[in-house]
Amino acid sequence: MTVHRARAAAAAAVLTAAAFSLTACGSAGSSSATTAGGKNITTATSAADLGGMDALVAAAKKEGNLHVITLPRDWANYGTLMDNFTKKYGIKIEDENPDGSSQDEINAITSRKGQDRGPDVVDVGTAFAISGAQQGLFAPYKVAGYDSIPATMKAADATSYNDYGGYVSIGCNAKKVAVCPQTFADLMKPDYKGMVALNGNPTKANAALNAVWAASVANGGGLDNIQPGIDFFGKLKAAGNFNPVEATSATVESGETPITIDWSYLNTGYTSKLAPKGIDWKVAIPSDGIWANFYNQAISKYAPHPAAARLWEEYLYSAEGQNGFLGGFATPAEFDAMKSANTLDAALAAKVPAPAKPFTTFPTQAQQDTAKAAVTANWAKAIGG
Amino acid sequence: MTTAPTPVPTPAAVDTNGGGGTPGTATPATPAAPTAIRRRRGGRAWLGALPLLVFFAIGFGLPAVAIAIGAFTTSSDAPGGGGHFTMANLSDSLQGAYLTALLGSVKLSALTALIGTAIGLPLAQAVATSRFKFVRETVLAGSGVLANFGGVPLAFMFVATLGNAGEVTTSLGLKDYGWSLYTFNGLAVVYLYFLIPLMILTITPALEGLRVQWREAAYNNGATVFQYWRHVALPVLLPSLLGGYVLLFGASFAAYATAEAMVGSSIPLISMQIGDALSGNVLVGQGNLALALGLDMIVVACLVMAIYLPLQRRSAKWLSS
Repeated sequence: MTVHRARAAAAAAVLTAAAFSLTACGSAGSSSATTAGGKNITTATSAADLGGMDALVAAAKKEGNLHVITLPRDWANYGTLMDNFTKKYGIKIEDENPDGSSQDEINAITSRKGQDRGPDVVDVGTAFAISGAQQGLFAPYKVAGYDSIPATMKAADATSYNDYGGYVSIGCNAKKVAVCPQTFADLMKPDYKGMVALNGNPTKANAALNAVWAASVANGGGLDNIQPGIDFFGKLKAAGNFNPVEATSATVESGETPITIDWSYLNTGYTSKLAPKGIDWKVAIPSDGIWANFYNQAISKYAPHPAAARLWEEYLYSAEGQNGFLGGFATPAEFDAMKSANTLDAALAAKVPAPAKPFTTFPTQAQQDTAKAAVTANWAKAIGG
Repeated sequence: MTTAPTPVPTPAAVDTNGGGGTPGTATPATPAAPTAIRRRRGGRAWLGALPLLVFFAIGFGLPAVAIAIGAFTTSSDAPGGGGHFTMANLSDSLQGAYLTALLGSVKLSALTALIGTAIGLPLAQAVATSRFKFVRETVLAGSGVLANFGGVPLAFMFVATLGNAGEVTTSLGLKDYGWSLYTFNGLAVVYLYFLIPLMILTITPALEGLRVQWREAAYNNGATVFQYWRHVALPVLLPSLLGGYVLLFGASFAAYATAEAMVGSSIPLISMQIGDALSGNVLVGQGNLALALGLDMIVVACLVMAIYLPLQRRSAKWLSS
């Protein structure tokens, strides 16, 4: 009996200790978020608020670290961008969960408010940029080049803005496929049995959702109607051409996904990456389904390194940063402004795959909600089994 | 323990009462014990289980309550704000794609658990009655490893061998015969890879509990092998078999990473729908819908347990003595 009492006491002690250690994790991190000049960094909405770029750089260097989340190194040249940022400013970057999702990023902000391991900046899909701003998770901040971002590509209160984007494209392993498909209509051909893969599940992966939308455009749908795209993939599945493997650089390399519908910057990135390995990867932007979309940058309101977060944004929207996205075959948000200001790297721009005609009208929030509801309800029906 | 009722029970007595979990045996065995002592002993036995109960309350009770509350309120990141009472999550979770996924999961789990049981039982019998101790120990150790071999490594193993660019698939030209790993059947094959070893591990102790004397008695009375299994062995084994089936069902029902890495969205499964709702790039504010889906899974698991428990209680005494 004494044994049991001792055991219970031990259990209680362990639980109490566990509870204490959990609360300890929750304690706040840095508290001195001011520059040398005594300016408050967390509320600064521009570098000028802090006394200019030099003051921002000094404050960021003092923090020494930048905590980013879900940035894959082979996505839109993020690997090089992060390395160059570290080289330029001597600020170490921790990239948490590189293969995570927008929801993971938002969760990381909300669940780690006030902790020094929360994310400083996020790169999210438009729906999450809007929802995050509504929940008050983002700190408004205007980078130096803010005015050269087109008005349709930024939130009015500067809580988030487009960073880079690309077109839905069809990548193809020319070693395994005799004739590479050029359009969505081509994908139905019997030659491509079991070959056509997406970047993921369109109810989960943004790239796949946009691929469905592009297929919808190719089949009589559009901004208001994504259903023809869902039906297209249903038919593709019925024809035996749909490949349920979620395409990554690994599946492309192993030959599991000989044809992948993905962002143009990812597919084009595979071309140069796989060429030394003897894989002839070809990219086509389907002329019957021209569709583009952008991702968004935002600074966490609870950023543990507020100055480094702001400096990272300044870097991404500098000519160097924007040309960096271009080097990853993505179209940067300031593309047009840089072209007229002659700061665009023309050699890199020439390598970015161009569509037959540009895509300029992006879906509104309401159109996105309708499309997502349709995909959630009908995707499994079209593809399942 | 029946002959000398002592005021303070021995540890052994506490064990049979609190640890065995076989209500059928303990009570009739002590008809002479005074009720007052029995009651006191029961109280202390409960105290012995306290750490387990506390662990259960924290590890299972709190999350279950949190799931139940979350399933009936709106998500904090939903457009209308969070914390309001709603039935929408639960009704959404039982409609359309989510219902399809729930039924898909039940179908896959029921089928793979059934096949796992049917294949696992004869294999386990062969192992349990084997004359070579080495074989038995190797198979059981191997089963222990394989039963815990799941998730992404398992998916990659199958993708590398039987996927559409896999070694076996390409060298044997399996594609021409219509083979595809990324289907319902393909997923079932992969699940069986860890379910059959799990069944062998689970059922072997029960098979070892079958007395040789029962078989000899049956044969002496002129029973055939079939009759012995039909009237003696299987009825005694039934609760263990059902227990194994329930365990396999649960393992298959809850599996997530293997399917996620292998078939993506092409096979509708409830665990993957929860994953999509919790962590995605597309849908915003689905967190509490995921909790409602989790609640559905708990209900299904409870229903399966409800079928199993009474049967288990009925004839567990045959094997426990």
